[in-house]
Amino acid sequence: MASNALAARSARTRASAALFRRPWLRATLLLSAPGAWFVLIYLAALVLLFVSSLWSVESFTGKLEHTWTLENFETLVKVPAYRTIALRTVGIAAAVTLTDALLAVPFAFYAARVAPKRVSSFLFVAVLIPLWSSYLVRVFAWRLILAHDGVLNWWLEKIGLGSVNIGYSNWAMWIVFSYIWLPFMILPVWAAIERVPSSYLEASADLGARGWRTFRSVLFPLIVPGLAAGAIFTFSLTLGDFITPTLVGGAGSELIGNVVYQNVGVANNIPFAAAFAVVPVIVMGVFLLLARRLGAFEAL
Amino acid sequence: MGVQPMRRNRIDWALGAVLALMVLGASACGSSSSSSSSAKLPTSIGAGEGELNLVAWEGYAQPEWVKPYEAATGCKVHAKYAGSSDEMVALMRQGGSGYDMVSASGDASLRLIRGGEVTPMNVELVPEWKNFIPQLQSPPHNTVDGKHYGISLQWGPNTLLYNTQSVKPAPTSWAEIYNGKYKGRVTVPDNPIQIADAALYLSKTQPSLGITDPYELTEAQLNAAVALLKQQRPQIKKYWALASDEIELFKNGDVVIGAAWPYQYSTLIADHEPVQQIIPEQGATGWADTWMLSSHAAHPNCAYKWVNWVSSPKVQAQQAISYGETPVNTKACAYMEQIQKGSCEVYHANAPAAYFNSIKFWKTPVKECGNGQNNCMDYSAWQQKWTEVTS
Repeated sequence: MASNALAARSARTRASAALFRRPWLRATLLLSAPGAWFVLIYLAALVLLFVSSLWSVESFTGKLEHTWTLENFETLVKVPAYRTIALRTVGIAAAVTLTDALLAVPFAFYAARVAPKRVSSFLFVAVLIPLWSSYLVRVFAWRLILAHDGVLNWWLEKIGLGSVNIGYSNWAMWIVFSYIWLPFMILPVWAAIERVPSSYLEASADLGARGWRTFRSVLFPLIVPGLAAGAIFTFSLTLGDFITPTLVGGAGSELIGNVVYQNVGVANNIPFAAAFAVVPVIVMGVFLLLARRLGAFEAL
Repeated sequence: MGVQPMRRNRIDWALGAVLALMVLGASACGSSSSSSSSAKLPTSIGAGEGELNLVAWEGYAQPEWVKPYEAATGCKVHAKYAGSSDEMVALMRQGGSGYDMVSASGDASLRLIRGGEVTPMNVELVPEWKNFIPQLQSPPHNTVDGKHYGISLQWGPNTLLYNTQSVKPAPTSWAEIYNGKYKGRVTVPDNPIQIADAALYLSKTQPSLGITDPYELTEAQLNAAVALLKQQRPQIKKYWALASDEIELFKNGDVVIGAAWPYQYSTLIADHEPVQQIIPEQGATGWADTWMLSSHAAHPNCAYKWVNWVSSPKVQAQQAISYGETPVNTKACAYMEQIQKGSCEVYHANAPAAYFNSIKFWKTPVKECGNGQNNCMDYSAWQQKWTEVTS
């Protein structure tokens, strides 16, 4: 009995001693699980996406044909409709990012620097609360607000401004996207503004700079990483979305996500969907390189 | 800041590794597999398996007749609604044994048969089949080489739906959704087969194009239809994907006129909305649906029980009135009169063959034209053109 326990202990001691002497082995054992997850689930999915974009489907039966072809990418480049959709997607994503940045900076500045502590905490909760409700519910709410006989037009009629016809249009899509992704812009900008020491702003004032000059030359350069970090969220989230365009978009509001969804779920052309999905991957790659230049990764 | 170059280096390394993996993956994969279906027809219906999973058009699995079916057979029904024939084909292809039956229209059924997604059924096990109208007992869209790939269900026209308060005078022609009179307040289905509606309209208004069948279009004819649809595009508020989308658009006043199914009309009327539907003077496209059995069906006995249930005169009558379509079972007429006086006449359940022949039923566009030529545009060309129109 005693010798058994002793043997067990000595085995354990030897094992731990072996691990102690070989740090690389320790690291390998520790990282193998998350590493395998990353490679199998994350990278393998990307690889599959890329590989299947080089296949094709038989047009009548919709069966997958495993022969290599660049046909899908050719269609993407040749058919003007897909170019329009890709440009529209990037355009809307850029417009949403810009709108959110313009809304987030004054809001975050007020919340982080001007508002008293209690108001500031209230604002923090107010920004986060919409994230607790379902995305779909919020989009549907906007659909009801912007509809022809919706809340917005009802109010406009009440105050005598007539009615606007923006339900089911690109305008509706822009408004809803800007609303939905706003918290993702506010939070990093808020953090960036909070991080700027007060002494910088005071020094700027001492040197005779007025508010605007201080903002332009001192504050803004320091919060650019925060803006870039927020832009990564708003831009990439808009780039991949297909639910908002489906629900509040109108004729000619299709984004890349819709074409991908239709090709997978409706037309059963997975290779073409994969080929089109490579486009946002490339756009995002370029965007991330730019964001890295602006130091966004330091503000994450 | 000193770590920055190191970090960049590492990010670039990671990007390089991903690229290398992609290339490796691309060169490693490349096998192909195919499956074929060869099933022996069952000769009797066994005990139910307790469940039945359907891919159906919205309105085809209403509690009105699903609940009694569940009670009678013990098969619990799960229905997944699809918005278009393309979606149905995709669901059946990707669903594996997840779905037992699909209510395929004529433009999906042949694709499902050729793709091996559906398996022949024994019509001997569906006694009511003998009472079907002769045209839909063994129609070419679900019967190939004498094998019945499913049991016909219901049929009807695609209609012109309009708001009676905003659209005056009452329309008589499909021109109303093309001529710009209701700019920004029109809706049509987001479905490539919608090109056939434009072709049907052109076949009557521009005879010089020589369109005889709206599903058999040469390149020039297809381009003419697409040009009409592109010109229509600024008048469209939204291309609807699900019937419920169109219902909401009409309710909220966003659209006042559009191409629809009778289902939207009956739902809106039930909610007391001021709408009316017509078959315009140019005629209409339409559908003839079939319940088809998946070749991977996990619950075939429940499926046979289901087709027997929905083929019975009473359920045929219920569904016809609920959806606003025409039953295939000629015995349904009497039950329709019981449910709603005069409905047999309204829904054409006693209509002569001339009415059946006046509807241009959905079918899959293929290269072979009906006239022996091979210069017609196939469905993939239609899909691509449709993307051009709607994007």
